[in-house]
Amino acid sequence: MNDPLFEFCCRMGDNTLVLGHRVSEWCGVAPVIEEDIALANIALDLIGQTQLWLGLAGEVEDAGRDADALAFHRDVWDFRNLLLVEQPNGDFGQTMMRQFLFDGWHLAMLKGLMTSSHDQIAAIAEKSVKEVTYHMERSSDTVIGLGDGTEESHKRMQDALNVLWPYAGEMFVSDNVDAAMVEAGIAPDPAALRAGFEALLADVLGAATLVRPEDDFAHKGGKNGVRHSEHLGHMLTNMQWLQRAYPDATW
Amino acid sequence: MYAQMIKSTGQGVKSLDEMEPEERAFQERINAGGKIEPKDWMPEGYRKNLIRQIGQHAHSEIVGQLPEGNWITRAPTLERKAILLAKVQDEAGHGLYLYCAAETLGVTRDQMTRDLLSGKMKYSSIFNYPTLTWADMGAVGWLVDGAAIMNQVPLQRTSYGPYARAMVRICKEESFHQRQGFDIMMKMANGTPAQHKMAQDALNRFWYPSLMMFGPSDAESVHSAQSMAWKIKMNSNDELRQKFVDLTAPQAEYLGLTIPDDKLKFNEETGHYDFSEPDWDEFFDVLRGNGPCNTERLAARNKAWEDGRWVREGLLAHAEKKRSAKMAAE
Repeated sequence: MNDPLFEFCCRMGDNTLVLGHRVSEWCGVAPVIEEDIALANIALDLIGQTQLWLGLAGEVEDAGRDADALAFHRDVWDFRNLLLVEQPNGDFGQTMMRQFLFDGWHLAMLKGLMTSSHDQIAAIAEKSVKEVTYHMERSSDTVIGLGDGTEESHKRMQDALNVLWPYAGEMFVSDNVDAAMVEAGIAPDPAALRAGFEALLADVLGAATLVRPEDDFAHKGGKNGVRHSEHLGHMLTNMQWLQRAYPDATW
Repeated sequence: MYAQMIKSTGQGVKSLDEMEPEERAFQERINAGGKIEPKDWMPEGYRKNLIRQIGQHAHSEIVGQLPEGNWITRAPTLERKAILLAKVQDEAGHGLYLYCAAETLGVTRDQMTRDLLSGKMKYSSIFNYPTLTWADMGAVGWLVDGAAIMNQVPLQRTSYGPYARAMVRICKEESFHQRQGFDIMMKMANGTPAQHKMAQDALNRFWYPSLMMFGPSDAESVHSAQSMAWKIKMNSNDELRQKFVDLTAPQAEYLGLTIPDDKLKFNEETGHYDFSEPDWDEFFDVLRGNGPCNTERLAARNKAWEDGRWVREGLLAHAEKKRSAKMAAE
């Protein structure tokens, strides 16, 4: 196994990188200008957080790779993001539902990281919590507004939840990297965040008049890199193309 | 400037003596450098002209997200991606405050959006050109934002208060965009041979379309004369174009890039650069809808609007339910 601290930083940074990329795909085509601005803002926060997480991963690894080298020169099997964040945008409802599910986990994880024994991680968490608190507020408001909107918007949001639900469980699966982080006092155990997430779901889905799917089957293989979905490769093809086509250039 | 060929009354500029007292007071206020505010009396022509102008500017900001959005997912570093995202976000913000400024003149954003989507209202010709390489992100910032600033800086002094104030904020952000565009061009022009080639190619493709942004010569235009009398247009198209060339030519030289114009030369006598006019037939073709990307740009905006309908309706319905529930509780 790689250094668990390096793995952990890649997991955090790859989540924000991949989701930031997905959200940035909305540029210029959102349902209203206010949403264009908000989505760009969220993508911008996530890319900024990526610079911090992958920058730290590079320092921990100490092999001469910086955040850009990690973002643009790794292939699918080296990515450590959750399967949830690499799922395609779908319609606006699916994008916001994906954001809501991720924000629910992300905010709880970051709050736990604020008391990390690792100073740099605690500092990144402190900065990120402010941004993600806003992401959470906005994604939950949107899920409620569209869930409890028209018949059509309700149906689209329930469909989005049903499609994405099998990717929610992976957020709370703990493995040996997480165990090492817990032992070193660096990060909370993801499994321990589930109860808070369920309470959030009950509140928000209740207000949104949406039904939490009963089947808790969870796809796995993103955070440990064992088996990503087919979508990630296409995203990297697009994201990494310029760096890979002109490897001797600086930008 | 993102507004081109704005029609005014089509009549000559009236002298103060020819005006009714209300209009004379209005014009005298403008002549004295005063601001006109939304609730003030204004001639119908002034109001309509401004709606066209501010609306076209707003639409340009919104459509202008597309050629740059084309490269956000392919930006070569995390920092470049963040800067480009911030820039495109600023543009959406500019669109928003310009629509708000136009709304103070008695038109709704929805109406202006419908007019954009149907093709009735225009946006700047420049956004109908494709962005083909990463260097185009540099060229757009350097040349397109650079050309826009030429016109927008004087518009901070325009006679219509809400427009002038929107322009103050927009200009601050635009000059940041222009600098970041130039920074990309520097990296590209001084980079590998392939990067230098991309930079030169971007300049070749964007030079003349940038000159077209100012519009054809309006020395003889009655529309421009009226707009200038109303101080909603501050300089002639030719003046601004010349200023842009004078500023940009030395920058190109500094970058080691060649402006694609054999006639471009500093004229000691005039103190300005001589340069070739762009192909105005091409300009009018683009305005008629025959630019390289007109169809895609409008289709993208129409699709976004249609795809977003259920979202807008859903959120409105929810807001309505909340309002009714609150009223029932009171």
